[in-house]
Amino acid sequence: MIKFFLMVNKQGQTRLSKYYDNVDINKRAALEADVVKGCLSRRKDECSFVEYKDYKLVYRQYAGLYIVVGITDTENELSIYELMHNFVEVLDKYFSRVSELDIMFNLDKVHIILDEMILNGHVVETNKSRILAPLLVLDKMAES
Amino acid sequence: MALKIVKGSIDRMFDKNLQDLVRGIRNHKDDEAKYISTCIDEIKQELKQDNIAVKANAVCKLTYLQMLGYDVSWAAFNIVEVMSSSKFTFKRIGYLAASQCFHEGTDVIMLTTNQIRKDLSSPNQYDTGVALTGLSCFVTPDLARDLANDIMTLMSHTKPYIRKKAVLIMYKVFLKYPESLRPAFPRLKEKLEDPDPGVQSAAVNVICELARRNPKNYLSLAPLFFKLMTSSTNNWVLIKIIKLFGALTPLEPRLGKKLIEPLTNLIHSTSAMSLLYECVNTVIAVLISLSSGMPNHSASIQLCVQKLRILIEDSDQNLKYLGLLAMSKILKTHPKSVQSHKDLILQCLDDKDESIRLRALDLLYGMVSKKNLMEIVKKLMLHVDKAEGTTYRDELLTKIIDICSQSNYQYITNFEWYISILVELTRLEGTRHGHLIASQMLDVAIRVKAIRGFAVAQMATLLDNAHLLTGNTQRNGICEVLYAAAWICGEFSEHLEDPKQTLEAMLRPKVATLPGHIQAVYVQNAAKLFATVLKGQEGNPDAQAVTQETSQLMIERLPLFVQSANLEVQERASCILQLVKYIQKLQLKEVEVAEEVTALFAGELNPVAPKAQKKVPIPEGLDLDAWINEPPSESESEDEKPKAVFAKEEPKHSRTRHTEVDEKELARRREARKQEQANNPFYIKASPSSQKIYQEASGVEHIPVVQIDLSVPLKVPGMPLSDQYVKMEEERRQKEKDDKKKKEKKKKREKRGRGKHMDSAPESEEDITPAHHVDIVTEEMPENALPSDEDDKDPNDPHKALDIDLDSLKARPLADSEKLPARTHRSAESLKSPAGDRDETVTPEPKKKIRKEKKEKKKVKDKEKIRSSEDKKHKKKQKQDPGEGEEEEEVHVKVEAETLVKTEDSEPTESLPPSAPTDASDLDFWLTTDPAPSGAQAAAASTPEEATGAEPVEVKGQTEPDEEMKSKHKKKKTKKEKDDMDKKKKKKKRHHHHHSDREETESVQNGTVEEEEEEEPLPPMSNYDLLAENDFIKMVYDIQGNLQDGSQVVVSIIFQNKTSDFVKSMEFNVLDSLNSKLQRPEGSTPHDGLTVPFQLPPGVSNEARFVFSVQSIVMPQKLKGTLSFIVKSDDSSTHEKLDFKLHFTCTSYLITTPCYSDAYAKLLESGELKSSSLKLEGVSMPFHHLLARICFHHHFSVVERIDSCASMYSRSIQGHHVCLLVKTAAETVSIDAKCDEVGLLENVLEEIKQTFSQC
Repeated sequence: MIKFFLMVNKQGQTRLSKYYDNVDINKRAALEADVVKGCLSRRKDECSFVEYKDYKLVYRQYAGLYIVVGITDTENELSIYELMHNFVEVLDKYFSRVSELDIMFNLDKVHIILDEMILNGHVVETNKSRILAPLLVLDKMAES
Repeated sequence: MALKIVKGSIDRMFDKNLQDLVRGIRNHKDDEAKYISTCIDEIKQELKQDNIAVKANAVCKLTYLQMLGYDVSWAAFNIVEVMSSSKFTFKRIGYLAASQCFHEGTDVIMLTTNQIRKDLSSPNQYDTGVALTGLSCFVTPDLARDLANDIMTLMSHTKPYIRKKAVLIMYKVFLKYPESLRPAFPRLKEKLEDPDPGVQSAAVNVICELARRNPKNYLSLAPLFFKLMTSSTNNWVLIKIIKLFGALTPLEPRLGKKLIEPLTNLIHSTSAMSLLYECVNTVIAVLISLSSGMPNHSASIQLCVQKLRILIEDSDQNLKYLGLLAMSKILKTHPKSVQSHKDLILQCLDDKDESIRLRALDLLYGMVSKKNLMEIVKKLMLHVDKAEGTTYRDELLTKIIDICSQSNYQYITNFEWYISILVELTRLEGTRHGHLIASQMLDVAIRVKAIRGFAVAQMATLLDNAHLLTGNTQRNGICEVLYAAAWICGEFSEHLEDPKQTLEAMLRPKVATLPGHIQAVYVQNAAKLFATVLKGQEGNPDAQAVTQETSQLMIERLPLFVQSANLEVQERASCILQLVKYIQKLQLKEVEVAEEVTALFAGELNPVAPKAQKKVPIPEGLDLDAWINEPPSESESEDEKPKAVFAKEEPKHSRTRHTEVDEKELARRREARKQEQANNPFYIKASPSSQKIYQEASGVEHIPVVQIDLSVPLKVPGMPLSDQYVKMEEERRQKEKDDKKKKEKKKKREKRGRGKHMDSAPESEEDITPAHHVDIVTEEMPENALPSDEDDKDPNDPHKALDIDLDSLKARPLADSEKLPARTHRSAESLKSPAGDRDETVTPEPKKKIRKEKKEKKKVKDKEKIRSSEDKKHKKKQKQDPGEGEEEEEVHVKVEAETLVKTEDSEPTESLPPSAPTDASDLDFWLTTDPAPSGAQAAAASTPEEATGAEPVEVKGQTEPDEEMKSKHKKKKTKKEKDDMDKKKKKKKRHHHHHSDREETESVQNGTVEEEEEEEPLPPMSNYDLLAENDFIKMVYDIQGNLQDGSQVVVSIIFQNKTSDFVKSMEFNVLDSLNSKLQRPEGSTPHDGLTVPFQLPPGVSNEARFVFSVQSIVMPQKLKGTLSFIVKSDDSSTHEKLDFKLHFTCTSYLITTPCYSDAYAKLLESGELKSSSLKLEGVSMPFHHLLARICFHHHFSVVERIDSCASMYSRSIQGHHVCLLVKTAAETVSIDAKCDEVGLLENVLEEIKQTFSQC
């Protein structure tokens, strides 16, 4: 099961956070700092899985942005690794060449995309057009 | 008024939206906090407005701030307001904010119930979707209870988009409101076969998650998942299913066997690494769950190891990491297959990635053996030397110690070597693990008596060179080893060569710089050494001088410790100082004191098991929770801390206190103090230089500390290096080997040396004998310790509540109280009890299938019911069943226009007869089904078919595998159940053969005799015969034919430990004959024994299985064998042997195989069988007992029984038919028997005779 999904930049600033198990807001900051430190300090030639407390962290770097996912040890690391890429591809398709600013300015939309893909800590959808369908409907609504 | 509105809208135009907020925060990098607090103030203003758009915008911004770590719970009510907006664009903002900030403690959640319910039933699927998504994040037990029914209805929504979300949310609902699981489960199960792959995948996800926590309740779903696994092409789903199977196999080994093949196929075919990895993991889990005696899985292991090797060799670090991770799982059960890749794993130690190196270290832990321990540790020591970064080096250090000390130092053959490794490790600069090394030193010195002399010598040298260890740094944890060194030297001082010199070393002034707890040990052990010196000098002519000198030394040096700031040190030192002074007085009077002084430290300390305290039974009447006195006020009791063995170093300077007072204050105080000092005539001023430092420094941090760089590894003089031991050990082993070889050669010369290759054979583990007799003292346990280990299960685990037996659902219809709460004004659909509306068509396609299956089951149940109470005759119209599901495919039950029983099929929701075992036996049936029936079986099955000219029947499920047979002997109950099942199966088949067979309900056919339940019960029977027994161990055994292989039998042996000690390292060996051979793992010689895969704690029994291959089964046979084992008592362990004779009776080659009367008749008519007969006199047992005995002990099944005459059938593993006709009259039993192999028949009859002569 996926426990949390984070996007942070190289400076360690959180750009997106989603917790699938409730974590106290005060503990979130500490956890994020810890997690980010654990992942950002790693070199490129090191593997993308880090053990952290009860979780396993899977992370992936896209330019200046890191995606870090905390999973239970029963989850398949490689599939999560693929899922992150899938997520970035969806973002890329929607924002056409997504950047850190896109994510910051459209946090709510990114959340919609993420919610379509992961629900309750489980992968629900990986098909790009089906993931984007509700968002496109929403955009149409906003235009009219 | 109009102006106000205009102003409002203009304000709104200037309101910040999310983008502005983000931009603003970026532009105020220097005073971000201040900027955000003004923003929050603005947001608060915005929230006060009536305009919902403004509010939504404000909430949207709050969501962003919440992500940055600001608490926005104060806006919870506004979030609810936005959630209830009718406009979707706002609603979703509300839900998003709620999902990010609401949690169980948020009290406004209860206000949302109705809103959420409204959204859930909204005609717009996106409304419903957003509500579901939000709910998944903040569902509370209350919400779960109130909305469970609504969500369950959504599981059957027409839009797959909603269905998949509803299914996933149900998991959260189950967690929060466990009562919902039972009513919702049938629908959840339906979703496994949903036409939409997304919904299917969601259902798989939920059930996987549920099953992982309580796997036994989901075992009955295995066939369904198996079907999904073999049909699905979605890797996401496959991964989940395969993971689920990984959780199920430990409960059901037969499932594992069934899985191996499809999984290996996937491993071969898939290109997705994630899937491959998952398959490998599950195959490993399967192999772990299968008993290790089964030989034919070595291919699967090899495949896994090969694939993992490819992963590890890959340049992708991720794959390398996972490969190592999976490898460590194999290691636990099949260490040999991993050990052959030692080179690769050692190579990984050099990897640039630390986590990969750590994984490789983990693997090494399990790979060591007596043979390679020294080599591996030597490699690790090299890595320690060149490791950069203390964390990794510390990790290496702990691993080295772990590896060496694992399972009671099992792999250490030379403890001198180990001690020197520990001593070498003390030279690590700046390690945190000083106390770990210290505790190892203590442990080894205490528990390995033989090593004490050496250890003491080493420790004395360490003490002598203590200055090298403590060196410059106090914070250096390594000085902890001095704690151990001092204690060892003191406690075992009789081994010291020159106790006086060590005593001198322990009383050096420098010692006073050590941490207090170490000094305390120094002082105490100095006293011990003093006693030893006195004792050693007794009877010596110059004793007087030496002892006086020693006493004087003590008296001179101890005052240093008496002044110590540490209470413990001070107390001990002053006590001992007085003691020594008194002794000195006595010495002057020439009184012999040595005896008395040594008596102070007499007695041996034995190690106590870590769990000992826990195991002390609480005396009756003692309530530790009760107050003895009324509790005092809650003030002081808190600052008491438990004291550790190695007390934490007290920080010398409490910096915090300094930092608390600010600079100015400090300066002021300093000034005041100086003033005071100047005015105080008694104050002695310090020398100007130190005064200067004092003045300059505001805090202790500023005192310059010279760092002494000790990059050159320290060589403590007089200490041997561990490397030398490696060499020595090699030489020793070589010598032993040579000796052995010489002996072997001698033998060979006698035997005219055959098999020269023996020379080059690698030395096996057992060849290595320890360098000295190692006597590891076991840990002490309290008397009458409680034997069992309590489970440390977390009582708060939410999944505990979900441990619900779902199979009983059909047996016990949902009580009213269990139905999900539904509101009365809901539509009729949701009003129905969930169990009842299972049959409601939601999506027509899968529904049909389910209905068919259900009908199928019901049919069976109905029949049962009718048989048990014949007066209740229902009518049933049976349609042709095309046999869709897996089960049907294999049985092909076609009940066409049956005359048997007919019931009306009009009430699908009628309450079903109690048949809890039905599902279980369905599963059993599915599991027993051998995917590829052996030729013999097929042949046997085809005979009757051709005779009756009926359509083909597959008799796959007819025979039971050995597991089931075994359990049958253990429990009569299981047997009954199984037979019930058999009967059912047979019934189905019989319909097929005899289209009108009215009597069948009365006649007893084709089954064992359980049907005569009314008759007197059978005495308990056991098929386990005594194999051998001595004072230590008892072995009973049972032999069963192996279904899959006509040339194999499985011998199950129960080993019972009769002693009060541990029995371990059991090795089972048998002298093979030409006809029967013990199956040994590949690569072992026919003389190697098999290791029994468990140890036996006192009084415990356990079962192991061994596979034998046999060629001819015509004759019974006896094989001689030996069981060797080690009995390990408190302080000794002895090697023991037990010889036995394994008796392979001809009966053990027979397999209980059912047969139909018509096929049976055909068989007898064929004339190919040869006959023989047997008469038994004086058998006084009831006829059905007699039959039961034959069935049970000789693996027959009753074909038909009429009064006191019965026909019975059995088949050998090689396909011989054995038919018996048993008649009884007045205590005489005559058995006419026919078989296609006369020898076999004669022997079986002889054995039957034996059975009855014994009773």
